[in-house]
Amino acid sequence: MSAPVAHGSIRRRLLLSLLAGAAVLAIVVYFVVQSVARQVAQESQDNVLAASALSILDSARYSGQEINVDLPYSALSMLDSISDERVFYAIRLENEFLSGYDELPEADGTVAGVPAFRSATFLEEEVRVASVRRRMSTDIGQSYLQVSVAQTLSGQKQTLARISQTSMGIGAGFFLVSVLLAAIIARSTIRPLDRLTVSVSRRGPKDLRPVAAPVPSEMVPLVASLNSFMRRLKRSLTRSEDFIAEAAHRVRTPLAIVRTKAEIVQRKADNPETRTALREMIHAIDDSSRTAGQLLDHAMVTFRLDHLSQDEISLLRLVQEAVERLRPISEMKEIELHAIGTEDSIIQGDPILLQNALHNLLDNAIKYSPAGARVTVALTRHNDGGEIRITDTGHGFPEAELDRLTDRFARGANAESIVGSGLGLTIVKEVVEAHGGKMYFENMPGGGACVSLHFPLP
Amino acid sequence: MRFLLIEDNKQLASAVVDRLMLDGHVVDHAPDIQTAYDFTATTDYDLILLDIMLPDGDGRTFLAQRRNQNSRTPVIVLTARSEVSDRVGILDLGADDYMVKPIDFSELEARCRAVLRRRGGEARNLLILGDMSFDSLSGTLKVGEHTIQLRARELRLFEILAKAPGKVFSKASLMNHLVSYDEDVSENAIEVYVGRLRKHLQNSNVKITTIRGLGYKLGIE
Repeated sequence: MSAPVAHGSIRRRLLLSLLAGAAVLAIVVYFVVQSVARQVAQESQDNVLAASALSILDSARYSGQEINVDLPYSALSMLDSISDERVFYAIRLENEFLSGYDELPEADGTVAGVPAFRSATFLEEEVRVASVRRRMSTDIGQSYLQVSVAQTLSGQKQTLARISQTSMGIGAGFFLVSVLLAAIIARSTIRPLDRLTVSVSRRGPKDLRPVAAPVPSEMVPLVASLNSFMRRLKRSLTRSEDFIAEAAHRVRTPLAIVRTKAEIVQRKADNPETRTALREMIHAIDDSSRTAGQLLDHAMVTFRLDHLSQDEISLLRLVQEAVERLRPISEMKEIELHAIGTEDSIIQGDPILLQNALHNLLDNAIKYSPAGARVTVALTRHNDGGEIRITDTGHGFPEAELDRLTDRFARGANAESIVGSGLGLTIVKEVVEAHGGKMYFENMPGGGACVSLHFPLP
Repeated sequence: MRFLLIEDNKQLASAVVDRLMLDGHVVDHAPDIQTAYDFTATTDYDLILLDIMLPDGDGRTFLAQRRNQNSRTPVIVLTARSEVSDRVGILDLGADDYMVKPIDFSELEARCRAVLRRRGGEARNLLILGDMSFDSLSGTLKVGEHTIQLRARELRLFEILAKAPGKVFSKASLMNHLVSYDEDVSENAIEVYVGRLRKHLQNSNVKITTIRGLGYKLGIE
């Protein structure tokens, strides 16, 4: 039987999809955490810058002809408290520079009282600028006083780098947990499949019952088709056995009828030549019937060997039953038949096949022995197994035949060589070997044939 | 002897009936269980041959019923191969033996004889001739107080000769009756068996005489 071709693995595919999903999520988590952190950091800086700018603006007073701006200590110290950043400011009235750093850029589009922000480069450093303006009434009329406060970003950048490192750690951790979960999920998803495999592969060769254990709904169609397949297989196996039995019946019954008719005619016939001819015909019919029976037996045996059952079989009972069964036939042929040996061996196998094999051997021994001969079935038990020896006091195997038998069985039987007297032995050999046993032929020193069967103990 | 064959396959039934009649038995054939009941209600049989699968039921039902009625008539069951595994059940139900179809007639004859002998016969199977009595069921020959167990071929030959005392049987026709025993029953073998029978009969007034050129006959001196 060829092994099925594997194409992809559900477990691997499931694992990879879960991991790809987890990786995407981890990256998203990384970016979200980073951008939220950046935004939060910027907002808090903006708030401080705005507060600082507003407090400077609040301290601006118009007295007489000039504007006094008293830089409150808190305005700059609150910026210091963030980190060791450099702080710049610029105060302008309309577009006229009043104090601070003249070059400091300002955030545009500011509405009175609402701070505006921008990022810019000042003195070759990145800075964040907050600008606030307020309307002042002066002698020359209404004009805007605008305060800009700026702070360098190097510290904030360090913080952001730290945060991004942390968020990368969070992403990686998330990914690792996902790998673990994915492995567990993949395993538990595959488990019903594994269970099904085990429950089907543990079955005996003849166990064709439908799978009854509950399975996940996705596997129901698979199990349903498996069950229907087993049902069909069972039906076809039964049909094959029925066919073999029916064929045997169809072949042998007409032969039996012809034989009876021939016998009737033979008894009535006066002409000796007719009688001789009819007797030869009867023997030929017997041979055909026997060969047909053996061929069909062989078909039955081959069929059952493919589905060898493993029942416990007592060799002692097997021998006793076979001897009892054949006693009437041996009596008719005036052949003494006995079984000796009481030490039982229990082997595993198919009782019908073993009966058939032993029956064949005894039948052969009875058929080829002359009247008055003795056929003995001896059962012995060795350390490594049980042995059944069938000896007769007949003529024994012709020496040439003995070599040929052993030789043919060694080469393996083909159809041409097995039809005939050897077919019965071929059946026996196949049955014995299927049970792990061996068959030997020999001639007894005082004359007579001996066939021994060795069966290993389980 | 009187046989009842319960078998629905016509071909097989007619072959069995012909074969048994050839041996001088009377055979009734019932194709189903109902007919079988009708036959057994009116006739006593020496042996019943019973098929399992019958058109109006299971042959085992018939068997069980017979045994419940304490009928002692031996029964040989004819089973299909697929029913072989039920053989223990068949024997438990009281069958005396079973045969697997397709039936081998030599085997049928051997089994019928074995079963009949085991069961023991009734008086009507006893043949008394001169100072000798012969029980064809048990295969025993009784001369005075001396009982001799005949072997199969002797028994078969003696049956033929004793059924028609005074009739001359040629060696060839005797050989014909032994056709199911062996491939090569020769005329010499017939002489050997006749010789043995003569030895068994040496103290009896029943003798087998040779009619030169014709054959043998059984007669009282």
